[in-house]
Amino acid sequence: MKVLVPVKRVLDYNLKVKVKSDQSGVDLSNLKMAMNPFCEIAVEEAVRLKEKGVVTEIVAVSIGPEQAQETIRTALAMGADRGILVKVDGDVEPLAVAKILKGIVEAESPQLVILGKQAIDDDANQTGQMLAALLGWPQGTFAFKIDVASDKVTVTREVDGGLQTVALNLPAIVTTDLRLNEPRYASLPNIMKAKKKPIDVKAAADYGVDTAPRLKVLKVTEPPKRQGGVKVKTVAELVDKLKNEAGVL
Amino acid sequence: MAESFPEIRASVRRLCAEFPGAYWQALDRDRIYPTEFVETLTREGFLSVLIPEAYGGAGLGLGAAAAILEEIHRSGCNGGACHAQMYTMGTLLRYGSEVQKQAFLPKIASGALRLQAFGVTEPTSGTDTTRLRTFARREGDRYIVNGQKIWISRAEHSDLMVLLVRTTAREDAAKPSDGMSVLIVDMKEAVGRGLTVRPIRTMLNHATTELFFDDLEVPAENLIGVEGQGFRYILEGMNAERILIAAECIGDGRFFIDRAGAYAKDREVFGRPIGANQGVQFPIARAYVQVSAAALMVDHAAALFEAGEPCGTEANMAKMAASEASWFAADMCVQTHGGFGFAEAFDIERKFRETRLYQVAPISTNLILSHVATHVLGLPKSF
Repeated sequence: MKVLVPVKRVLDYNLKVKVKSDQSGVDLSNLKMAMNPFCEIAVEEAVRLKEKGVVTEIVAVSIGPEQAQETIRTALAMGADRGILVKVDGDVEPLAVAKILKGIVEAESPQLVILGKQAIDDDANQTGQMLAALLGWPQGTFAFKIDVASDKVTVTREVDGGLQTVALNLPAIVTTDLRLNEPRYASLPNIMKAKKKPIDVKAAADYGVDTAPRLKVLKVTEPPKRQGGVKVKTVAELVDKLKNEAGVL
Repeated sequence: MAESFPEIRASVRRLCAEFPGAYWQALDRDRIYPTEFVETLTREGFLSVLIPEAYGGAGLGLGAAAAILEEIHRSGCNGGACHAQMYTMGTLLRYGSEVQKQAFLPKIASGALRLQAFGVTEPTSGTDTTRLRTFARREGDRYIVNGQKIWISRAEHSDLMVLLVRTTAREDAAKPSDGMSVLIVDMKEAVGRGLTVRPIRTMLNHATTELFFDDLEVPAENLIGVEGQGFRYILEGMNAERILIAAECIGDGRFFIDRAGAYAKDREVFGRPIGANQGVQFPIARAYVQVSAAALMVDHAAALFEAGEPCGTEANMAKMAASEASWFAADMCVQTHGGFGFAEAFDIERKFRETRLYQVAPISTNLILSHVATHVLGLPKSF
């Protein structure tokens, strides 16, 4: 079985985000970029399925600038077999990403697409769902556990009330939640092997997708600075404050 | 400036995160060798970085090895328990016969054989290497070794040792640096049959030993290269060692700066972070300047080494600059942390002790200064 794993290049999760002074977006200049952590979980899951003998080939896809090749190499070092870079400069909105991925799915015919549930840059949490809709495939989002058996994939999902298990017919879309697995680090021999694995470079136009943004960003601002709290002495005082100061009751 | 080998560094950081301060604190307390850490680095292929692909390694240059060791040290871990597994094989790789290389290198690359003991220093010769007295007498198809070595690190955790011995007495040799030879000693065969290993307890958790040779037999086929040419063979390995130790100092320096910076931002006294005081922030900034400057020297020395250029002076200077920068950073970090700098749980005092070593080993600062003064600046020789 072939698996497609889209991976996104984002700001390293260890770094603090700074808003540009003109409020047009986030300042990424000279900052370290890395693979989106949810995408890492997706790659790890695909590699584990390959190690179990369920999956035979893993194709890692990234949509972004030239440097997104590094993100693909990371996936290849973890165990993906080959990569596809769809070179696009500038922001690509989830719908455009989903349309490009649909084109790749049609060209590659994977049985399973495993995506991170969201990217930590804009936290949109849309691409997997949009891709499922465009393809007309079943989807199991926020996966906590994945079992693949012949023509079905069973996905245990993290939902508000606890866990929900769904069975999907293949081909299907799965998006990964945080607790699905703990991604591995690449060994040095695998980092070296990854350098020799092939990466195809494509353009959005190859899939007939126009990536021009449909949304207009009005402004990006920092969240309000957290204020120090106060201690209340009695329940009555708490209720009073909630009613009269916070105005939430 | 973008860091070198970002993908390798990222993996090493992840690996090291599995060996947090508590792991090292427990080992330090009881002076225990970090077996699990070393096995993990070996299994993930990071110690065979310099071994050519044909022999099962990654075939990368010294810069990649430096990046690995720098990240290990920046993470709060310590590469001293195993860094020699990276470079001790260099003597074998460059001067060994194809038979020797085939016999040892693939097993060193896989970790099946540990070659991380390098027997040079002696109690009576120190850095004056040509005066070493351990002697190997040829008898038929074997050498009979007698003598003594000291400060031989990891001898108890190594399957093979590269040993420098005299095969011609200094007074009988054409020049002092002639008449020394390199032997590969199989430690399992040797211990108890002419080789005694005695551990030395030191200020830090560093598995160092002294060795006693009493009619130890070493097969003549374990001679590397030509008899009498050994001194030349080990010099190149010493340059690699100095550059890699310097990279460890850079990692230590960055560790101290990371920790001091984070603490100074966070710790509030008199209603504001202590890092708002210039008396606290300037030493951190100074440490950063010094470590950054030393890092450029380390990169430069590593680039010369990789290009096969002479780099003895640059390797020495990089090691000295880096070891002094890391020591300044260590002292700064203790001062920034105040009392907590002395608390085991903060790892600062442990790293402080560990990084002090590098102004002494593998070569002391005064000998580097002497080299620069006489060989680079042409000043009269003092000895």
